[in-house]
Amino acid sequence: MTAVGTERRVIRVVVNGVPYEREVEARLLLSDFLRHELGLTGTHVGCEHGVCGACTVLFDGEPVRSCLFLAVQADGHAIETVEGLAPSESELHPLQLAFWEKHGLQCGYCTPGMLMVLKAFLAEHPNPTEEEIREAISGNLCRCTGYQNIVEAALSAAQLMRQS
Amino acid sequence: MKPPRFRYYAPHSLEEALAVLAEMADEAKPLAGGQSLIPMLNMRLARPSLLIDLNGLHELSGIELDNGALVVRAMTRHRAVERSPLVAEHTPLLAEAIRWVGHLPIRTRGTVGGSVAHADPAAELPGVLMALDGTVQLTSRRGQRLVPAEDFFIDLLTTAAEPDELVTEVRFPSLPSRTGTAWLEVARRHGDYALVGVGAVVSLAEDFTTVTEARLSFIGVGGRPVRARLAEAALRGQPVAAETWRAAAATVRGEIDPAGDIHASAEYRRYVAGVLAERALALAAERAREGARQ
Ligand SMILES: Cc1cc2nc3c(=O)[nH]c(=O)nc-3n(C[C@H](O)[C@H](O)[C@H](O)COP(=O)(O)OP(=O)(O)OC[C@H]3O[C@@H](n4cnc5c(N)ncnc54)[C@H](O)[C@@H]3O)c2cc1C
Ligand code: FES
Ligand code: FES
Repeated sequence: MTAVGTERRVIRVVVNGVPYEREVEARLLLSDFLRHELGLTGTHVGCEHGVCGACTVLFDGEPVRSCLFLAVQADGHAIETVEGLAPSESELHPLQLAFWEKHGLQCGYCTPGMLMVLKAFLAEHPNPTEEEIREAISGNLCRCTGYQNIVEAALSAAQLMRQS
Repeated sequence: MKPPRFRYYAPHSLEEALAVLAEMADEAKPLAGGQSLIPMLNMRLARPSLLIDLNGLHELSGIELDNGALVVRAMTRHRAVERSPLVAEHTPLLAEAIRWVGHLPIRTRGTVGGSVAHADPAAELPGVLMALDGTVQLTSRRGQRLVPAEDFFIDLLTTAAEPDELVTEVRFPSLPSRTGTAWLEVARRHGDYALVGVGAVVSLAEDFTTVTEARLSFIGVGGRPVRARLAEAALRGQPVAAETWRAAAATVRGEIDPAGDIHASAEYRRYVAGVLAERALALAAERAREGARQ
């Protein structure tokens, strides 16, 4: 039975609403697939072992670490990255607006992961407490802001989204 | 950090998975949530030549009651456990502990079977399983067996599962009436692996003033989850009172033997285990009373 499984596979995925078909190595991480194969470099890579959260994307709507995910496992599924957040070239998503207005970012390295985990979290908790937000982003490290403005931005985004 | 080369196989049924595992047990690794296995591949601490992806096996996920016991199938995500009303009602200790497992995006992928099979000594699920005297179902092409938690967890990342066996379900027995449970832990930050964690189970006599049975299951204080058997025996028949919990804490400190590492010294772990035991016992006893009042 030495021929079980393959080192390469053809996968079909929908990323930010766009369908792609690619042949990839089985060991290719989803993070590298998005960045190197599709050129979607908004998904950042910090630690590649699940600790920093910079690579967080949505897999069928739920937040996952793209560095702990094989591209072949995304076959037949939908991925959403930070590039898919803004509704158009000229508009920002309420989360992006709030991060901008509340200074929720400095260098911006952690921001894509923060935005994606918060998108999933706010969809489930439209009216969160500060405490709940802190728990939701507990798996996302930021080396710049001290988190305070990120939490404020998340609260403000939740309010914006409730109003719209 | 990139994984080494491997072949990837996504079986369509448990039977297919078991057949391949039976042939290739020495070089294959099952892939569940990947939240522990993929970091090990990225760091090249593991070099399996074949990954058998269990994620397509829907027969391996689900939560149900069977003869009063809560049965959680192996590929059930931590998130599904966290959201399950059945778990909250039937096994509140599991519902309370699961929120301490990593972070939201880790729990989205992480599985119950993966946590148990991986057997990290600071992982919550093995601690809960030990506290509730649960069992692990192992399945291979040779057949199926049920292993009590006590015999399943052997040491650091070492379990009773043979290389050709899959964890297929985990079973949490029901608790007697007038019983309360509590999970407490200390970690550097929420979502980090616990420095020390404890699950307490306390059953009270009909008048609610005496402990009839108590269990304490610790994580982070040994190579596997540790039951404080001496403290448990001493608690039987004691009055429901602050002094009882304090005395239990002292017994716990005497009987456990934690190791020190860069995260915490052995002394610190021993001390904290006592503090957590005292608080968890009081909380579990309180819940036993409240539960009966409802
Ligand atoms: C940043 C971070 C923080 C974390 N914090 C915590 C924490 O606080 N507490 C905690 O408990 N865990 C924590 N984890 C680990 C997480 O819970 C893992 O998901 C879990 O330990 C393994 O489950 P998995 O489904 O991801 O398994 P995988 O990573 O897929 O597999 C782990 C191991 O188990 C084997 N395996 C998996 N499923 C089976 C099966 N059904 N039968 C036989 N073997 C199997 C695999 O071959 C592999 O060797 C953390 C992980 C990360 C990345
Ligand atoms: S790069 Fe994925 S969690 Fe850090
Ligand atoms: S803004 Fe720099 S890491 Fe968060």
